[in-house]
Amino acid sequence: MSEKEVQGTEKEVQELERVTICFAGDSGDGMQLTGSQFTNTTAGIGNDLNTLPDYPAEIRAPVGTLFGVSGFQIQFSSSDVHTPGDSPDVLVAMNPAALKVNLPNLKDNGIIIINTDSFQSRNLTLAGYESNPLEDGTLSAYQIFPVNITGLTREALSDLDLNMKIKDRCKNFFALGMTYWMYSRPMDMTENWIKSKFKGKDDLIEANTKALKAGFSYALSTEIFTTSFRIPKAAKKPGLYRNITGNEGIAFGLITAAKKSGRELFLGSYPITPASDILHELSKHKNYDVKTFQAEDEIAGIGAALGAAYAGALGVTTTSGPGIALKSEFMGLAVMTELPLVIVNIQRGGPSTGLPTKTEQSDLLQAFYGRNGESPIPIIAAAGPADCFHAAFEAARIALQCTTPVILLSDGYIANGTEPWLIPDPDKIPEIKIKQPALDEKYLPYKRDPERLSRLHALPGTPGLEHRIGGLEKEDVTGNVSYNADNHDKMVRIRADKVGRINRFVENPELVGKDHGDLLILSWGSTYGPILAAVKDLQKKGKEVSWCHLRWLNPLPINLDRFIYNFKTVLIPEINLGQLSKIIRAEYLIDTVGFNRVRGLPLKTNELLAEIDVILKGLE
Amino acid sequence: MEPIQLTKDDFTSNQETRWCPGCGDYSILAQMKKVLPTLGIPRENFVFVSGIGCSSRFPYYLETYGIHGIHGRAPVIASGVKLANPNLKVFVITGDGDGLSIGGNHLIHLFRRNIDITIVLFNNQIYGLTKGQYSPTSEKGKITKSSPYGSLESPFNPVQMALASGASFVARSIDRDPKHLEDTLARAAKHKGTAFVEVYQNCNIFNDGAFLSLTEPKEKKKHLLKMEHGKPFIYGENDELMLTWTGKNFKVVNKDLNENGHEILTHDENGSGPAMEFMLASLSLDAQLPTPIGIFRAVERDTYDDMMAAQMNATKKKKGEGDLKTLFTGGYTWTND
Ligand code: SF4
Repeated sequence: MSEKEVQGTEKEVQELERVTICFAGDSGDGMQLTGSQFTNTTAGIGNDLNTLPDYPAEIRAPVGTLFGVSGFQIQFSSSDVHTPGDSPDVLVAMNPAALKVNLPNLKDNGIIIINTDSFQSRNLTLAGYESNPLEDGTLSAYQIFPVNITGLTREALSDLDLNMKIKDRCKNFFALGMTYWMYSRPMDMTENWIKSKFKGKDDLIEANTKALKAGFSYALSTEIFTTSFRIPKAAKKPGLYRNITGNEGIAFGLITAAKKSGRELFLGSYPITPASDILHELSKHKNYDVKTFQAEDEIAGIGAALGAAYAGALGVTTTSGPGIALKSEFMGLAVMTELPLVIVNIQRGGPSTGLPTKTEQSDLLQAFYGRNGESPIPIIAAAGPADCFHAAFEAARIALQCTTPVILLSDGYIANGTEPWLIPDPDKIPEIKIKQPALDEKYLPYKRDPERLSRLHALPGTPGLEHRIGGLEKEDVTGNVSYNADNHDKMVRIRADKVGRINRFVENPELVGKDHGDLLILSWGSTYGPILAAVKDLQKKGKEVSWCHLRWLNPLPINLDRFIYNFKTVLIPEINLGQLSKIIRAEYLIDTVGFNRVRGLPLKTNELLAEIDVILKGLE
Repeated sequence: MEPIQLTKDDFTSNQETRWCPGCGDYSILAQMKKVLPTLGIPRENFVFVSGIGCSSRFPYYLETYGIHGIHGRAPVIASGVKLANPNLKVFVITGDGDGLSIGGNHLIHLFRRNIDITIVLFNNQIYGLTKGQYSPTSEKGKITKSSPYGSLESPFNPVQMALASGASFVARSIDRDPKHLEDTLARAAKHKGTAFVEVYQNCNIFNDGAFLSLTEPKEKKKHLLKMEHGKPFIYGENDELMLTWTGKNFKVVNKDLNENGHEILTHDENGSGPAMEFMLASLSLDAQLPTPIGIFRAVERDTYDDMMAAQMNATKKKKGEGDLKTLFTGGYTWTND
């Protein structure tokens, strides 16, 4: 698409490489919608981007309160973007609470666009302001643009026969219009969206479109904004793109794996934040042979998925940490019965109910060890929203080809965050081939493929291959129940070996930088973006660091021990208290340094850079 | 198509049965083996799913597909099996501990959904495998290892639970009446939808004689009421007793006298209404009145599996067979060149 010229801009246009905006307001103010519209338009004109929604755990939190604030952050740029941005350059604050919550994050001298109409005493009190921050100097370190957004929206819609409540609901489009002018975005994509969204409701189409245009014209014509900004197109890899959230990526990856393996996809799931969107997405796609089963509880979700796997489907269950706690007995049964099953954990803040809408990486040890007995399960982690597609496909492939449950770890940050996804050509995605048992010889349920140690699973309905499996220990080869001591020892080792050798059938992670030196950064999961940004920064400054981002955590990759011993320091940044560190120390008998922030938020590149600086200075 | 010729031996697996000698489970297994060949279903299409407990060993002894699952969870595994492949004939084998205690939640939801699955619940009113603790169907005051001074809990009535949860087929039978058990299992297996059979099963090791009054030749005629569709409720040593309705409750009368002219009831298994079904089910808790066995309810209603298939077909009709390209490019896309 060619970049649309925004007409009538006589004011100064300044070119920028990179901007981070945070739209924040009350949860009823439509900030998520505003953010996603800004995102689509920004993607459409060719900027790279990354987004992070941040909404309250309460569904309808009391209006105007701090815990009712809903935010949407987007970083966009003419060069690569890997995170939603550490601290916004611009804050659009629709009420005092939104200002209060987001101000500490804002860049020094950052821009604040404020809806002054909402800065009245009641809202100020609800936000915990004793005096009006617009007047008491609180904001003196920032560039303030006070706009009576509510009033201006009402004015713009004065000739429409709609009640005030509906008119006021259009104020987010007014704010969006202003930001479109400020950052030289065309309005047509949002106008089209409004048309299809409110199809049949002409008055709402008119109201929202008018509000959008009014905001744009207001910014263009008034004195308060003197400058608008241009962010040139990013040089992304050529191809067809769309924006994708991590949860959509997982849903698509799973559907693709099912199609490519010739299996039906069966999802057994119980609603839980922040994983429910996978259930929502998959339940739309029944014409792709996707069966979704909203179970009575977490246990039933995985149990039905395992039953479906026995019957020949690609069985999947999706949840978050508390759900995994409930599913763990069934995960053990999946280990014992050696059936293919994908268990998706969209991690959130814990323990217990914890922080349902916030992000964390603190379920890694649960994934490794959270079951009774010697119960090895392969673990794969997605690195970002778009990577969720690939990680889900890979998890399903290994589950099917190695007859094992696989845990796929994502987290709240990448589950809801978006980034552009280079849409793959479906024909170029390889088939997933699954070995079938022979029909003309005696079927032995626990006879193994010598290479993968996977067993050949006979599907119910196949004549002559009738067999029983279950949670009791199996006799090697026959799969009969066995309490024999030596057999148990053997089976425990076979199951460990089967999972341990999966690293032969997957790609090694890339090592960025030299295979020896002062500092190796080792990481996994959603910290990929912030760390990539930090590593690029360090490289730009000519500092030597190496970096390896793990995709498979269990088993650890084959290539890791070729270089992990060659560094003075191994730094492991995680959103937990050092869970991968524990595993690396145990596996490689080396010391590691942690960088651990457990605030329910993604890691910040700047903080990480500061830490690395200290480490590098110490090593000099 | 060739008619399927199977015998009970075709369903006997090579695994040695390991229940205690004299256990009621043997009878249930024997009747099941008689029923399976009569259903006209190829052997490879049977799947038996169980949980944990003595009853749950059942699948190992049948030459069919089977899963010995985890405690209480057979209904959910079975649901997954059936929904993934609706051509399969799926059974759940469970017990009073497995199905009503640890797995109670799953059972009621299966009833509610009406997935085409046949459930057989072996009720021996005790935990056998863990060596004799009171169960959710044990009578109040029961002395067991875990209740040396008597249990404090009132028992569940499994039939009432199934009826209340919307099961479309609810029946009860007893291990010591092989013919009745065989007929009941056959009816249940042929029912389309979730079918539930409670089987009174004697655990001769930890709860021997729990159903003695219903099985001893001398006693049973006095206490056991076999319900038959379209017939009055008649029982007794010489079939002389009849269950009647006073307008408020049941009354047993001599069938030839019925002096007070109470209403003579005829059994309607196809939906006598929740009130009558419940009242009949409640009789099992009443020492003064007979204990009914047979079919409490057999009604047709849409199954979850059929509705799921219909929804999938309708979606395919409307949107076409899904292809990945359409999936990936749905929503807003753009090209970088
Ligand atoms: S303990 Fe009771 S129920 Fe279990 S096998 Fe023995 S007799 Fe049967």
